[in-house]
Amino acid sequence: MFKKILGGLLAFGVLVLAIFLLIAWESSIEPVSASNSDAFSKEQINRGEVLAGLGNCETCHTTDPNKPLAGGRAMPTPFGTLYSTNITPDPKTGIGQWSEEAFARAMREGVARSGSHLFPAFPYTHFTKMSDDDISDLYAYIMSQPAIQAEPPENTLEFPFNIRLLLAGWKLLFFDEGRYETDTSKSDVWNRGAYIAEGAGHCSACHTPRNALGAEDAGKAWDGAIINNWYAPALNASNRTPSSWTETEAYEYLRNGGSRFHGVAVGSMADVVHDGLKQAPDNDLRALAVWLSDLAQASDEQQASKRSANAIRAVHNTQNPSVMMDEGERLFTYACAACHYNEADSPSALRPDMALNSAISAPTPINLIRVTLNGVSLKEGLPEAMMPGFSQALSDRQITSLLTYLRATHTDQPAWENLEQHVRDQRPQTQAQ
Amino acid sequence: MATEFELNGQAVTVDIESDTPLLWALRDDLDSTGTKYGCGIGMCGACTVLVNGRAIRSCITPVEAVSGASITTIEGLHPEGNHPLQKAWIETQTPQCGYCQSGQIMQAAAMLKDFPDPTDDQINHAMGGNLCRCMAYVRIRKAIKMAAEEMNARDNTAQETGAAADE
Repeated sequence: MFKKILGGLLAFGVLVLAIFLLIAWESSIEPVSASNSDAFSKEQINRGEVLAGLGNCETCHTTDPNKPLAGGRAMPTPFGTLYSTNITPDPKTGIGQWSEEAFARAMREGVARSGSHLFPAFPYTHFTKMSDDDISDLYAYIMSQPAIQAEPPENTLEFPFNIRLLLAGWKLLFFDEGRYETDTSKSDVWNRGAYIAEGAGHCSACHTPRNALGAEDAGKAWDGAIINNWYAPALNASNRTPSSWTETEAYEYLRNGGSRFHGVAVGSMADVVHDGLKQAPDNDLRALAVWLSDLAQASDEQQASKRSANAIRAVHNTQNPSVMMDEGERLFTYACAACHYNEADSPSALRPDMALNSAISAPTPINLIRVTLNGVSLKEGLPEAMMPGFSQALSDRQITSLLTYLRATHTDQPAWENLEQHVRDQRPQTQAQ
Repeated sequence: MATEFELNGQAVTVDIESDTPLLWALRDDLDSTGTKYGCGIGMCGACTVLVNGRAIRSCITPVEAVSGASITTIEGLHPEGNHPLQKAWIETQTPQCGYCQSGQIMQAAAMLKDFPDPTDDQINHAMGGNLCRCMAYVRIRKAIKMAAEEMNARDNTAQETGAAADE
């Protein structure tokens, strides 16, 4: 009897395994010799360049600025560290032998030319939505880039996460393959914005938190997330800044790197704006702005202006410069106010107001700590404007006092927990980067 | 390590450690001692210079951070030293010991771009990071307002004559 049950279970197990292998196994696609540069028209390559900017391929696939797209960038995950691949057209170490079919399959299905599954740190879950023409143009652009011979380091994923075949299971659970579907209840412009954001732009890859298996948590879509030691704020109505992301402000931010009502783009977002979106035509950024302001359930411009003015005024009304007992308040007055002060009715994007800034109202102090320590470089934020860092000037205790003061007086959010520990944690990391 | 930028309209290169504060690059390597060291931690404003036209505390700004940028110091605020602020400073006899005044003037120059007709409150906030131990604040305030008036009158005149020329 026992033997029969055991035998039955074994047979069932083999059956399940067989079905899984059937689903999981992907064929390899024949290698092709690297295309010559005449294979693609200039127009196609230019369109592809814009798409590569929208998708910001270069930021993840580059570690040495002299070797663009040659891979090697480390991406720490809860499962170990992944390194981005070389996507230059080098035949040996890059994707020079990939036909357009192989490229499209990687983008749409997350399968390499060899047939092995790709780790979803590569956001094929988004690229799957791109149109055939766009994938084709992107292929033209990528294959026209200089071929660079460079072997990225080996991934250091823990068992069993290093088994690529198991990704087939992950895909069954979390991967919704398929092209973008037009929402007929929305305008063409909105759909263009949605197509970019959900497709090549892969915005939710940073702005949506992930579950225990590393997939975007659909139930918390756009709620904001910590990634790459930066906080990507909520883009939906959960965003905590006093005013909502109107179309105008969203466009300004994406085009120039800053909004007077929210702050400037730093860290990874600076890469998106200044490396990625800089090639994007205005239309595309306006479409993104339309879509974003809808997601944010934004008010109109007038409301946003009023809410911002009220927030600034609320701070001004409580300040009494002749009685500054609080160390944080004194530090702000002498070190910060000169650059950050605004009249309530006319905040400037070049003078990011602390009553409005997304770093101040965020659920985590990470962004505010990093910017206080390291400033904002000329390559980040608004063009030509910078902020010095205070890592050499202020102690952990002083920074804690300053940020505690800002949080308490410039927002109505609850105090951050363990702030001084967070400050301490950010120091060695910021020095290492 | 060589860092290149523009100083008062001239291209310059400094070959020093890239984390050297800009203040020391200016004073020690570029012969521009008009900018002063007061505290070294961005709390007194004596070291204020303009980076791409905006006020920055040069004592906490590493020289590598301004690579490629356009720096203006007190020496370069005006080719003949006749910026409205400088003239107002002389007219009101603002400096006492003079140590903070380069920083005060550079900060004021930057402030006037954002607040061209500054109120007392705006001056308090925007200039509040520039300390003066001789307590010349009253004259500083007066000089700023004087300079603002001249600059606004000059702009208005320019606009009027511009309009006249177009007709």
